[in-house]
Amino acid sequence: MTLSSNNISSHSKTDLYFSWSLRGCSILAGSLLLLVISFILHEAWPALTQIGLTRFFTDNGWFPTEASYELTPIFWGTILSAGGSIILATPLGMLSAIFCHFYAPPLLARWYRRMIELLAGIPSVVYGFWGLVVLVPLISSWHPPGPSLLAGVLTLTLMITPTIMLITHSSISQVPTTYIHSAVALGLNRWAVIWRIVLPASRIGILTGIFLGLARALGETLAILMVSGNVVQYPSHVFDPIRTLTANIALEMAFALDHHRAALFMSGLFLMSLVLCFVIVAEALRRKTTYAGVK
Amino acid sequence: MDNKKSTPDIKPPHELLSGIQSWRPYQSTQPCCEPILHIHAKDLSIRYHQRMALQQVNLAINQGCITALVGPSGCGKTSFLMSINRLTDLIPGCQVSGQLELKGTNILAASANLLQLRRKVGMIFQKPAVFPFSIKRNLEIPLREHGWKDKTTLSSRIESALSQVGLWNEVKDRLDQPAQALSGGQQQRLCLARALVLSPEILLLDEPCSALDPLSSGIVEDLIMDLRGQLTIVIVTHNLAQARRMADHVAVFWSIKGKGQLLEYGPAQSIFDSPQHELTAAYISGARG
Amino acid sequence: MLASSKTIGEKSTTLLVWTAATFIAIPFCWLVGDLLWHGWHHLSLNFVLAVPQNAGREGGIGPILVSTGLIVGVCMAVALPIGVGAALFLSEYTPHDQVSGRLVRGSLDVLAGVPSIIFGLFGNAFFCQTLELGFSILSGGLTLACMVLPILIRTVEESFRAIARDQRLSAAALGLSKKCSIQYILLPAAIPGILVGSILGLGRAMAETAALIFTSGYVDRMPTSLLDSGRALSIHIYDLAMNVAGGNPNAYATALVLVGLLMMINLIASRIAEQWTTKNQLPT
Repeated sequence: MTLSSNNISSHSKTDLYFSWSLRGCSILAGSLLLLVISFILHEAWPALTQIGLTRFFTDNGWFPTEASYELTPIFWGTILSAGGSIILATPLGMLSAIFCHFYAPPLLARWYRRMIELLAGIPSVVYGFWGLVVLVPLISSWHPPGPSLLAGVLTLTLMITPTIMLITHSSISQVPTTYIHSAVALGLNRWAVIWRIVLPASRIGILTGIFLGLARALGETLAILMVSGNVVQYPSHVFDPIRTLTANIALEMAFALDHHRAALFMSGLFLMSLVLCFVIVAEALRRKTTYAGVK
Repeated sequence: MDNKKSTPDIKPPHELLSGIQSWRPYQSTQPCCEPILHIHAKDLSIRYHQRMALQQVNLAINQGCITALVGPSGCGKTSFLMSINRLTDLIPGCQVSGQLELKGTNILAASANLLQLRRKVGMIFQKPAVFPFSIKRNLEIPLREHGWKDKTTLSSRIESALSQVGLWNEVKDRLDQPAQALSGGQQQRLCLARALVLSPEILLLDEPCSALDPLSSGIVEDLIMDLRGQLTIVIVTHNLAQARRMADHVAVFWSIKGKGQLLEYGPAQSIFDSPQHELTAAYISGARG
Repeated sequence: MLASSKTIGEKSTTLLVWTAATFIAIPFCWLVGDLLWHGWHHLSLNFVLAVPQNAGREGGIGPILVSTGLIVGVCMAVALPIGVGAALFLSEYTPHDQVSGRLVRGSLDVLAGVPSIIFGLFGNAFFCQTLELGFSILSGGLTLACMVLPILIRTVEESFRAIARDQRLSAAALGLSKKCSIQYILLPAAIPGILVGSILGLGRAMAETAALIFTSGYVDRMPTSLLDSGRALSIHIYDLAMNVAGGNPNAYATALVLVGLLMMINLIASRIAEQWTTKNQLPT
């Protein structure tokens, strides 16, 4: 006798139609993920069957018009830019959340948080544009050419720090004040309270933030495309231009045909599996925190 | 459902409970409280998932009376109340078994028309649950849904329901204002009007005064007393003084080993003056519960 | 001895925290200041209304604003009914632990994490090619609808769940049918939440670029129908910055318009949410 079964039997046809149309909406929404995955897979199928998975790693360079489909340098571009930005953004995001919660005077904290929220709402194309007209010339004057891994990492850092900061902030504000008060009563100073009590207590929330930030950095397209130079190569240092999976798709989709197009969908599939791994881990962590919170 | 004993239907239910003297049909001195059977529970049990919340209750409620259900928290009073309009259906995992007859019709049957049942059985909750719309709309929604569409009928029914609960003069100039702006007592009276506007036969009240201040509580109580004789009223209350003031009959529920049971049932006076069960006596004197 | 070392530690960590905070604040101020500095004097009513000329170097963004509005409009017109319907089903018909509800919720949570470029690929394959809608405002809007559905459903479902259980019980106790109680009581009560959800979705749709590049296309003329290709604001910025030499001034002004619109949207959403929560906290 659950809510659904009995009320549907309320002898009213309209009620039945109504519940079925709602069910339809929810089935449609729920199957969207499957639809997306299956269409990407469908388009990538020729690449899988006719080119084969291994050639994406063993071919000699990315020359899709000449049937050479090596994605490894592009993989490295993606991993290095996302990894670099997460290494920079994690401490920055955590420290600014700590700043907001423990160090800033209340008024400043409020404005600071509002600023971070705005920063999180700025579209990626604007970040990319700013990186292109401000960051890239700056780097170029220091160490040419300018569009580089470094520019990409810095732009991405700026984009994902708000994500990490906001999630960290919300999870450290959920740490019970009794913990903090009893720690202070034990004579711990402010940093010790944060380092020993607050951060360990909110570690799952912080980890969720890091994973979501990583997923965002991996999937980011426009900002990284605009600042990182888009040369397919293994970067030897941070001033070398790189190309990421996302940029590769965005740049070549417009004119890609046949196998080239399938190879691009294939790289989309790689990207999606990579990102979804992190998203699923983040979701699992998020659930864990909510359940722990309920208990 | 068919585990009925061979005893006749009107067999005093309290013989089933040990240690209780046989049940005497209640002869009211008040003319409004006729001994006509209205609600009759036979072996009614309520389970939440596997936990038994109420075990084999047999209870006959007379038409036009005020029957108070009293007892400590968690003894199944509210569950019993909610089974009378089958609101128990809305609680996940809740199962009701046995029979519950309203004027001889078993409403637990699968064929029961729930919407009609609930139209005839009004219910008021502990917290006034006004809908977050205007006062008028609060009354209009149930009326329209049950087929009153005509404008003049609508407004006359609304006026008479609001008058019945003494709200008409207070709110007639602001029928289009949000109902949440009313005070707690007024909101509860609006809920009462919202139930009465459908002209129900039975009114279920789940601690209707416990969230109100003493003054509003008194007003609501008087209103319920005014309805006595017109409707069959079943009220759950923790306030024994209130039960003593209002009720014609009192049913005492008790939780024994986690299972709610009907301990004692009878005329209010005899329950309060000469309780048959020692737990009832202790509860009434304030020693238990 | 001990006390002094503690204070040094405390001082250095305070310094560290303030430095990190400043490190975030500087680029923010730089970015916003830069946009305002270069974009503001370029902004005028004429710029907002005029047609782009010379590949966007001159003229304004009139048709681009119209295209953006249409794309976002298609997106919301499709996503809103489906989203509200799905949210209603999840909150009113499936108990929290039911398998079907958990499946849908889980799938939506994962969908929310799919990168936008993947939505672009999907939209290109499904809407442009399989459904033969071509590079059009319709394709772009539908692609964005897929993208904003998860965030929309989650917000709307939460707003339905926030409605007190008493309201549902009272509605049922009055003999209202499920449809009636949803239509007349739950939906109106959840309108602020639905508004916030739609505005957030709208913001996300408007900020999007990667999903639109190969679904709605680049054409910067005034669209005459939903099957025309139309250029969104974000794509205009991208195109001016990357492909048009000397397009930066107009790119600045367009970016300023876009950021301004998004900030306005966020402001409205948080205002509604604030008012809603304060209203809900009033004693009943």
